[in-house]
Amino acid sequence: MNPIALPFQNHLVQQPNSSGQVEQTCMSSNASIAVNRLSVSYRAVEALRDISLVIRPGRLVGIFGPNGAGKSTLLKAMLGLIPNTSGSVLYHSKPLMQQLDKVAYVPQRSQIDWSYPATVWDVVMMGRVQKTDWFRRFSTTSRRVAAAALERVGMEKYRDRPIGQLSGGQQQRVFLARALAQEPEIFCFDEPLAGIDQKTQEIIFEIFHELVAAGKLVLVVNHDLGETIAHFDDLILLNQSLVAYGPRRQVLTQENLYRAYGGRVMFAAGEAA
Amino acid sequence: MWEALLEPLSYEFMQRSLIVAVLVGLICAVVGSYLMVQRLALLGDAISHSVLPGLAVAYMIGANIFIGAFIAGVLSTMAIAWIRSRSPIKEDAAMGIVFSACFALGITLITLIQRDNKIDLNHFLFGNILAVSRPEVWQTALISALVLVVVVLLYKELLFYTFDPLGAQAAGLPTNLLNFGLMLLIALTIVASMKSVGVILVLSLLITPGATAYLLVNRLHQVMILGAGIGIVSSISGMYLSYFFNLPSGPAIVLVVSGIFVLALLFSPTHGVFTQPQTKSNESMVWRELKGLIRRH
Repeated sequence: MNPIALPFQNHLVQQPNSSGQVEQTCMSSNASIAVNRLSVSYRAVEALRDISLVIRPGRLVGIFGPNGAGKSTLLKAMLGLIPNTSGSVLYHSKPLMQQLDKVAYVPQRSQIDWSYPATVWDVVMMGRVQKTDWFRRFSTTSRRVAAAALERVGMEKYRDRPIGQLSGGQQQRVFLARALAQEPEIFCFDEPLAGIDQKTQEIIFEIFHELVAAGKLVLVVNHDLGETIAHFDDLILLNQSLVAYGPRRQVLTQENLYRAYGGRVMFAAGEAA
Repeated sequence: MWEALLEPLSYEFMQRSLIVAVLVGLICAVVGSYLMVQRLALLGDAISHSVLPGLAVAYMIGANIFIGAFIAGVLSTMAIAWIRSRSPIKEDAAMGIVFSACFALGITLITLIQRDNKIDLNHFLFGNILAVSRPEVWQTALISALVLVVVVLLYKELLFYTFDPLGAQAAGLPTNLLNFGLMLLIALTIVASMKSVGVILVLSLLITPGATAYLLVNRLHQVMILGAGIGIVSSISGMYLSYFFNLPSGPAIVLVVSGIFVLALLFSPTHGVFTQPQTKSNESMVWRELKGLIRRH
């Protein structure tokens, strides 16, 4: 085995499991995402090198690393949104790319044109498109699910508001509502905590923890090593290749942080662990 | 007054051109809304200029010019996508390259065949709506019906895709097919509009009604419906203006639609220049920087 795969092996062994038995671990890894030797290149530039890890449901997993570490790229490559140069990503032992109906992906807020002529309701209903047949209108069930999702993020009063008139935090909550409306098994968020208000942050983590408790697989890209890191159960520390992966306390060592961030380590993160 | 308005309708050629103008105003606004929200206005220009060589070739070999133009339009979008994916050239540059090259080829071909045939390059460039034939009316009606049905049936998918392509792809939507379908719709719409406004001015009918509506309403389907209304009203008024004042029809339609845009730009309740308090405008910033430079020297 190459050294990069080591943290992932540690993770499997050290993962606190209800029964603690090896067999159990193998069975539950069936319902997890298995990333195997994933590499991604943009033209000649290598963005991700040989990433192998197993991500299990029921843990809040954060993807951390410096700018340009390939955090968003990892998320996109796992879902097949960008082509990979090698490797595979399996879910229930089948390519995850072919099961995207079980996935909700929330892109970075900055990648969206918020002047698009749509209301909050329009955006949340997009979460029901995959559950609705082609050529069909949305069902009453879909409307109910979307309304409940909007209420869950505390945005029901903004239903008919154009999305361009929302604050950054409100926009992020609308996207979270859309993800909830998709009723997926796997949630992927790209930098959901960037530029949001305190209230939104509280709502987001509250919902993340609920989803995790309900056995969902929740993956969150984050670049901020600040106090929010304490919310995460597991960390994936990335810098083009996998630096470390495992329970937060084990990953947040000075050595790992130095390997990921080089000289720019913020040691406050160590305290958060 | 009514007699004056009804007078043109007594001519069969005016009836035909009005029907075509209304249909074109309608579908251009609906399909063009997708171009506007995706910031792909230039793509409309690119496809419309690129249909010329297809048109010329179809004419040379005696095929249906609608089909020739459509094929050329689709090929040009594929060429743009290919250049963008296979080289570091950005999409807007790729569009500029492809559409000017196609346009040059089209003009060359048409000029060559113009010598032996009774066709006029100007009719393709600026439209010749008064000369539409009965079969052409039917073709336009058929294309319009097809375009509208597809937009209605795929509305929720296209909304998701044009707003958030990555999110739609991650939700398992066939985004490449949706994008290709959208390109086909745009090419079809442009081909249907060649007769009325010509390939140079069709961009106006694609973008301006939707942009006008965008200043007034907040949801995509409202933009499309209001835009279609604006497109239709402009087409009819433009045709009447051209009839009574002996103006070229295509430019008359484009001038009306542009005039309505200016009104919305100035007086829109939410985005109007006159109705909204103004922050420091760019001009005054430029002026201030200029003064600063002068003072320093």
